[in-house]
Amino acid sequence: MPSTGGFSIMKRAPVNRIIPFSNVDGPGNRTSVFFQGCPFNCLFCHNPETIHLCRDCGICVSQCPAGALSLDNEGHVAWDRTRCVGCDSCIRSCPHDASPKVRWMTVEEVMREIRRSAPYIDGVTTSGGECTLQNEFLIDLFTEVRKLGKTCLIDSNGSFDFAADPRVLEVSEGVMLDVKAVEREWSDCLVSFPNAIVLKNLEYLLSVGKLHEVRTVIFPGRDRENEATVRYVAQQIGGACLYKIIRYRPYGVRERYQKLLGEYETEADYAERWAELARSLGAAQAFVV
Amino acid sequence: MSEALRIIQDPTLTYKQELLALARLGESTDDSLRYSDAYYEAKRRGALCDLNEGVMPYRPRYICPDYELLFRKGCEFLQLEPPKDLLEAVNVLEIFYCHVPSITSFPVYLGDLDRLLEPFVVREDRAFAKKVLGLFLRNIDRVQTDSFVHADIGPEDSVTGRLLLELTEEMQLAVPNLTLRYDPEKTSDDFALACVRCMLKTAKPSFANHRMFVKEWGERYAIASCYNGLSIAGGGFTLPRLRLYECSLDAKSPEDFLERELPRHIDLQLEYMDKRVKFIVEESSFFKTNFLVTEGFVKLENFTGMFGVVGLAECCNRLLGIEDKKKGFGMNDRATALGLQIMDAIDVRVAAHEAPYCDAYGHRYRLHAQVGIDTDGMDDSPGTRIPIGVEPTMLEQLEVNEKFHPYFPTGTGDIFKFEETYLKTPEAILPIIKGSLANGLRYFSGYLENNDVVRVTGYLVKKSEIEKLRAKKQSLNNVTVFGMGAQDGGHALDRRVQHHEESAG
Repeated sequence: MPSTGGFSIMKRAPVNRIIPFSNVDGPGNRTSVFFQGCPFNCLFCHNPETIHLCRDCGICVSQCPAGALSLDNEGHVAWDRTRCVGCDSCIRSCPHDASPKVRWMTVEEVMREIRRSAPYIDGVTTSGGECTLQNEFLIDLFTEVRKLGKTCLIDSNGSFDFAADPRVLEVSEGVMLDVKAVEREWSDCLVSFPNAIVLKNLEYLLSVGKLHEVRTVIFPGRDRENEATVRYVAQQIGGACLYKIIRYRPYGVRERYQKLLGEYETEADYAERWAELARSLGAAQAFVV
Repeated sequence: MSEALRIIQDPTLTYKQELLALARLGESTDDSLRYSDAYYEAKRRGALCDLNEGVMPYRPRYICPDYELLFRKGCEFLQLEPPKDLLEAVNVLEIFYCHVPSITSFPVYLGDLDRLLEPFVVREDRAFAKKVLGLFLRNIDRVQTDSFVHADIGPEDSVTGRLLLELTEEMQLAVPNLTLRYDPEKTSDDFALACVRCMLKTAKPSFANHRMFVKEWGERYAIASCYNGLSIAGGGFTLPRLRLYECSLDAKSPEDFLERELPRHIDLQLEYMDKRVKFIVEESSFFKTNFLVTEGFVKLENFTGMFGVVGLAECCNRLLGIEDKKKGFGMNDRATALGLQIMDAIDVRVAAHEAPYCDAYGHRYRLHAQVGIDTDGMDDSPGTRIPIGVEPTMLEQLEVNEKFHPYFPTGTGDIFKFEETYLKTPEAILPIIKGSLANGLRYFSGYLENNDVVRVTGYLVKKSEIEKLRAKKQSLNNVTVFGMGAQDGGHALDRRVQHHEESAG
């Protein structure tokens, strides 16, 4: 996991992409900013190319059919947006779960794109990868976004200690938190990251009124694991916020992990069962998406 | 085979459609309304198009009667008293509609239905009112069998407006077309959201920029036919169109086009309009004897001519030598800038022309971005739209539209096709509509992928009805055949879909 802290001080952050209009990243119409880099390595990740930063190995350069990739004089992989045809050959050939199509952007550069979509949106959501790796950048970005009268939401895996540094919460409406696994062993296997901090965040964000929603992915046939997570989250949040029960889908998941988790998506009825459990435990706003 | 024989043997035409086709044929037997040789030459080249309006106009193209007057005074000619309750009101309208002519012979404007009917609806039990309005809508769909039949609601919320939305959703009919006059000050978010939900399920209503129309027409304006802004108690005499791509074919450069070819074609279209307007007013009997005129439901001074254009995108691309549409108008600042220059030139020249009649508008015609017809193929995109199949992101498409929509008081619009997840998040669409209208968009239409009722270029058809025609069966709606042509020739149903975006985390 390459460090990004140094770049944050320079107020540049690696941006995977910016989607001007999104209807699935929080309430209303939102501009979503996806940052590159994530401390988790979730087996079911749909966008594994957002996990790591490019190592400049150059393997993707020869795979590009449009001549949009090259190695520059300093040995870095350079991406020419104007030539790119979006075929994702580079992403498929990358052995490091990274992408050459990342822009190191300043807050002002990101704001330029947000200002363009501002007339049509309710707010901005930052996502990833894991956007809280860019904590200092987010604080500056949200401060600017709020000047436009727009709301700010953080889509997070919960790896950042919000209680220790709550500044970003002060300039945002709150967090949409993934609680992927509660059982310790299942979490270690599923996301390769200790989940104590995630559970601590769940409690803390709830206590300060900054928990916008919680999401849990339901895996086919994993009764015990699914139940442990849903039961825990539902009892914690009660009716305080949305609880989105998400069906596991194999699309985009790395092949070796598909074999482990399932090559078929979670049945709707099966997911609904867990939403019902959540509601019966008091999570009134639990539903399947 | 004679044209008449072809019509009466066509298995896909209903009796009424045959009758209308024969009437058009009959009209074409007289040629006393003549134009200059240069006009006919340009028409042959396809640079000018009269939209098959017919050579002998016997009524204005679009008529927007003053239904409030009908409800206040009744109608002597049709022996109708002012209605006293909801049943009478609906009955009066149903009868009156059958006597409102237009280019299609169907009424293109049914009135501001919520405003007209609200006083009667609120006096009734809700369930009864809904039953009556449901029968009213069924009558319109089966009797006024043409998708250019159009009703308006809003800007304020009302019981009638809500009932019409509920019924529209439940009944899934192509007729009538429906518009919400949207004003951020007057239209509640709750009512606007109900309209968005209905639009996703039935491709209507569309959203009209109320403030923009009021500024140009005053409070008493109608949205008629596809998306045409016109005056209530008035209408549109005629709507010919410049096919800008064909107009550009003889131009040697953008400058040559702006200095020579464009003005020449504008003047020929103005010649056509002047002669036609005079003929309708002075020669045909409509403005002399029709009860709509003699009883004051329409007034001559409130009519104007609609100066139409199509194919701006293809025109700009050709003039700049852009062969790949994906890099052309809409995606290319140079092409868009040229488009604005061309529209400015058209606007100025048409505004400088002293038109006969059109008294309420200082004797001026008004611009219209025509939505295209089924035979246009891929050469001329509707009005100033970005060609289907190469649309950029929705944000960019809106930004381009906002620049061009203000030119067209008599109507323009664009259509956005949404993917299924938007059904669960209509609140994600409303800010887009609000933002774009505030930024100068005139008219916003949307529909959901996979619906049966879909918006083709400006009008609605049922995909299932198109399939009937393909199977050589009859379709009750006159317009289904245009939908089939636009689908085959113009790929009109293949527009870009606004997808929900997968989150990357």
